[in-house]
Amino acid sequence: MDFINVFIKSAFIENLVLAYFLGMCSYLAVSKSIKTAFGLGLAVIFVLGITMPINWVINEKILGENGIFHTDLTFLRFILFIAVIASMVQLVELVIEKFSPALYTSLGIFLPLITVNCAILGGSLFMVSREYNFTQSVAFGLGGGFGWFLAIVAIAAIREKMRYSNVPAPLRGLGMAFILTGLMGIAFMSLMGIDPAALAGK
Amino acid sequence: MAEATVKEVVQEKEPLFGKKEKKLLTDPLNDNNPITVQVLGICSALAVTSLVYPSIVMAIAVTLVVAFSNLFTSLLRTYIPKQVRMIVQLVIIATLVTVVELILKAFNYAIWKQLSVFIGLIITNCIVMGRLEAFAMANKPWRSFLDGIGNGLGYGGILVIISIIRELFGKGTLFAGSPAALNIIGPSNEINKYWINTASSSGFGHWVGSWYFNNNLMVLSTASLFIIGGIIWIHRTYNKKLVDIS
Repeated sequence: MDFINVFIKSAFIENLVLAYFLGMCSYLAVSKSIKTAFGLGLAVIFVLGITMPINWVINEKILGENGIFHTDLTFLRFILFIAVIASMVQLVELVIEKFSPALYTSLGIFLPLITVNCAILGGSLFMVSREYNFTQSVAFGLGGGFGWFLAIVAIAAIREKMRYSNVPAPLRGLGMAFILTGLMGIAFMSLMGIDPAALAGK
Repeated sequence: MAEATVKEVVQEKEPLFGKKEKKLLTDPLNDNNPITVQVLGICSALAVTSLVYPSIVMAIAVTLVVAFSNLFTSLLRTYIPKQVRMIVQLVIIATLVTVVELILKAFNYAIWKQLSVFIGLIITNCIVMGRLEAFAMANKPWRSFLDGIGNGLGYGGILVIISIIRELFGKGTLFAGSPAALNIIGPSNEINKYWINTASSSGFGHWVGSWYFNNNLMVLSTASLFIIGGIIWIHRTYNKKLVDIS
């Protein structure tokens, strides 16, 4: 039950892109077609889903006071988290290059940039500050990734439809994407404050 | 064969600051702006721009980090194996960000306190990583350094424009928190507190109160999305070759 609550909360109510505006760069740049957006979304789900539990274990068992060193090493948090994320992204890059060269070339520079996708590091830091346990951190990783995936596929679909609209030429493409994201963000603000745990209790 | 040798001689005599170098500095300000054209570094442009002063400090910090990480990566570029390049780059960036953070903490504690989270987040600012991947890994140190400075300035320019609009309409002030703080517009009964006082104690204003209300949308990060959209619109109206044809 806890798992489902955190999953739904992180995917819809506290969406990383549309509520916290994390991971905007790749979100805006790779959302030109649904196909590439879909691929990048899956990669983000994978990276978030894997790094979150690993970072939880590192944070609790190595850096914390109850960890194997029995000292407070939390000042190393940034560097260790980013190292885990970077190695995972490198792994994903090697896998995609091997199995889908077409997707690899279409993602281009934005594949290595998943490393510096603020959503990934931000997610790990949220996990620490919200004091999630292991199950919750797995749920948060998968849910946050799913929310990101949903948002990028949604905007890619809107942008594909937008091509048939009569948008002023200078606003076409990127400019329109910014304004659409702003509108989607305002729409998602209405979901904030819903508490799934309280709803389940009733 | 003769041609090749001539070319080599010409390359050696390349000036330290020629046309190409100048282009590296000016290109990111207009044709290749990091935010409006390359779409890099949006997250921090949304997060820190609600006030002008922190955005200026942020712009300087990012410029320094991009310039020096470009320089060091370019110096090391032939030694970095392709498979672990990201980790090497991140170590360089993280070290530089730590240095910048410590300098800021030592010399301007108040602004460090205000920015602390976002200074740390320069590590995940895609501009730094993006320029390392796209430019520094394939170019000589001096040019990479200039490219870093240019991109930092292009990023900073947009940041300052957004933050001026947001602070002016959202709070009615400019440069709040800095020694040069200005109170531009707002309701106040104290004489000379704002340049434009919108409260009047007599006449029609007595019942209505202030005729100007701060726009609360501008305080939210959503506002900077609309502002960047507007900047792109204006930018591309004057720079036709950037218009998206597809």
